[in-house]
Amino acid sequence: MSGHTDMVLVNDEGLRIDGRTAEEKRPIKIEAGVLSNADGSAYLEIGKNKVLAAVYGPRECHPRHLQDPTKAIIQCKYNMEAFSVSDRKRPGPDRRSIEISKIIAEALEKVVLTELFPRASIDVYIEILQANAGTRCAGLTAASVALADAGIPMRDIIPAIAAGKADDHVLLDLNKEEDNFGQADVPLAIVPSTDEIVLLQMDGNMTREEFDHAIDLAYKACHEVYDVQKEALKKRYTSMKEEVDSDE
Amino acid sequence: MSDFIISEIKRDHILKLLCEGKREDGRGTADIRKIETIVGCIESADGSARVKLGKTEIIAGVKIVPGTPFGDSPDVGVLTTGAELIPMAHASFESGPPSETAIELARVVDRGIRESGMIDVSQLCIESGKEVWMCFIDMYALDYDGNLFDAANLAAVCALKNAIIPAEQYGKGKNRPLPVTCTPISITSVKIGNDLILDPNFDEEMISSARMTVTTDDNGNFRAMQKGGKGSITRDDLSLCLDRAVEKGKEIRKIIG
Amino acid sequence: MEKRSARPAREIVVPGDLLDDSGMNAGNNTYVLDGNVYASVLGVKNIFQNNVNVIPLGGCYMPSTGDTVLGVIIDIGPSNWLVDINAPYPAPLHVNEVPWKVEFGDTSRYLNLGNVVMLKVLMVDESKKIQVTMKDSGLRRIEGGQIVEIPHSKVSRIIGKSGSMIQMIKNLTDCRIFVGQNGRIWVDGDDENTDVAVAAIKMIEANAQSSNLTEKVKEFIENKLPQVADEDDNGEE
Repeated sequence: MSGHTDMVLVNDEGLRIDGRTAEEKRPIKIEAGVLSNADGSAYLEIGKNKVLAAVYGPRECHPRHLQDPTKAIIQCKYNMEAFSVSDRKRPGPDRRSIEISKIIAEALEKVVLTELFPRASIDVYIEILQANAGTRCAGLTAASVALADAGIPMRDIIPAIAAGKADDHVLLDLNKEEDNFGQADVPLAIVPSTDEIVLLQMDGNMTREEFDHAIDLAYKACHEVYDVQKEALKKRYTSMKEEVDSDE
Repeated sequence: MSDFIISEIKRDHILKLLCEGKREDGRGTADIRKIETIVGCIESADGSARVKLGKTEIIAGVKIVPGTPFGDSPDVGVLTTGAELIPMAHASFESGPPSETAIELARVVDRGIRESGMIDVSQLCIESGKEVWMCFIDMYALDYDGNLFDAANLAAVCALKNAIIPAEQYGKGKNRPLPVTCTPISITSVKIGNDLILDPNFDEEMISSARMTVTTDDNGNFRAMQKGGKGSITRDDLSLCLDRAVEKGKEIRKIIG
Repeated sequence: MEKRSARPAREIVVPGDLLDDSGMNAGNNTYVLDGNVYASVLGVKNIFQNNVNVIPLGGCYMPSTGDTVLGVIIDIGPSNWLVDINAPYPAPLHVNEVPWKVEFGDTSRYLNLGNVVMLKVLMVDESKKIQVTMKDSGLRRIEGGQIVEIPHSKVSRIIGKSGSMIQMIKNLTDCRIFVGQNGRIWVDGDDENTDVAVAAIKMIEANAQSSNLTEKVKEFIENKLPQVADEDDNGEE
């Protein structure tokens, strides 16, 4: 987020370097149930981001001292593959991935009915296979689908997307260049049925008007992402519907 | 992984089938599972491959960057291989620094690639004593149903064969493919009772006593081996492993091209 | 034959989907917010009289009192065993709940790691602590045969209407079959017949959506075991 570049991020016609308008998100694709061992899983692509999410649990909580006798805890590990970014990333957790893991787990905590599984742990693993700005939102979006795919009781599914500012324009879903050379980034995740905010960060420089506009864009896009999430889950199970129908 | 308990009934059933030369998934003792590869799936990597061996799945990515050569070999490029058994792949994998198993896995794959001379590292010199291409191979297990060794070897080999040296990005001339000379293929067998079976799945691996991995090159010469597990193998077992490594290696080279 | 085509088609719902805003009673796998009923799991919406609930399409097995389950011994203590019953929590089996008199520290002489046991869930308390017993008729350690694992949500399909499906498989294959509520099924009998029974169970799991499944399974078994087709009706368990 340097804010300084000679690169034109938004041209005179209001188009961005990848041809999008300011209020357009990148193409998104989600597939549920892509792994065989995990209890639930999802693969997500948004733009050039490629993300896998897997869920194990509810299962016995390790380490044991983290157990909560009244509810399940959600443990999240966000991890970037060494080859996911342009400069090879050293394997293993860094401060950034630990922070992201924490805020994603907290966002999910809001919707998972953890009180149904005292003492248990619900483990969420997010692997960033390819990163191109917006991976925390992509990871959280995929993780929500993986949780539902695992059959875990939830109040809702969480979509997430970022808005931001570059070249003095408020933009939805920043790509790598806009993120690197832009002026602000605001990742947002909501509970669509109630419009509650469960993840929000901001860095950069924005006026109140710009920020409100960014949030409006992100809210609208979250609802669109939500539809893609639901569709992915329903698609996986469409063939199983009749089974219950004939089960009388 | 060691604290994973397999039920007595499943164990007995596998043993009983093996007496008749059969396996739970219908394979014969010398059959390997279906291999599926998606090559070049990660654009941020200089080479990549996602490989499925039955239900075991591994993704490998190659990153090639300029770096300083080792003092004793100023003109040759550097190969580094790493493997992570991430908890996504199996309930028994834990997060944290690479386990013994992951390190052994990476080293055995590394040995096959290095000793076969798959990559002609002498062609990776940029400026003698100053700068060479360093080639990092990073592998991640995504789904574990036995035989990580062969799956990881395949993923790494496919990723390398597809890798491009990003010379233009660093102003070091034109982009070019990594200089690949051959296709090392590893073939792993495990011993269950007195039987030796190829490409074990998770259950078979759990009840096996010993493991033997043999890596061959295009000429059918042996380039790396690793015996693992707490049990032993006989001289005859070894002989069978070697014969199968040559024979199956040929078949797999045809599959992955 | 009466046609039931009037029944409305049921829809797949995901967590957060609105199920009802007309005041219906909230059933299993739903929650109520501001008087409206929402789905809490991925599943199929089901309306029964004035109740709305969701039939889950997946999820883990949660034990409830009275269930019979198949468990695997995964740890041994001086006065109990720890049993994996395919639930989020392993179940402790206390020495008082087995049909033998076991001295303190003598547990591994009776049940060892990997042994498979048929158990009954005695109690599940508020914090989901589970008590299981092996002291009831028919409960025991089992050996031999094969174990098939299916999603617990499909157990009812394997059993069939008042046990019709499982009884038919038993009759045709002459196998002993025990269906655990936790999705583990034990099959034992003549080798060939056991294989066929296992294949039939897997067929039900994979084709649970097709209609006339009982007929199809019957046909499948009779094809695989032509000799049983002749002596069809005198099948005994």
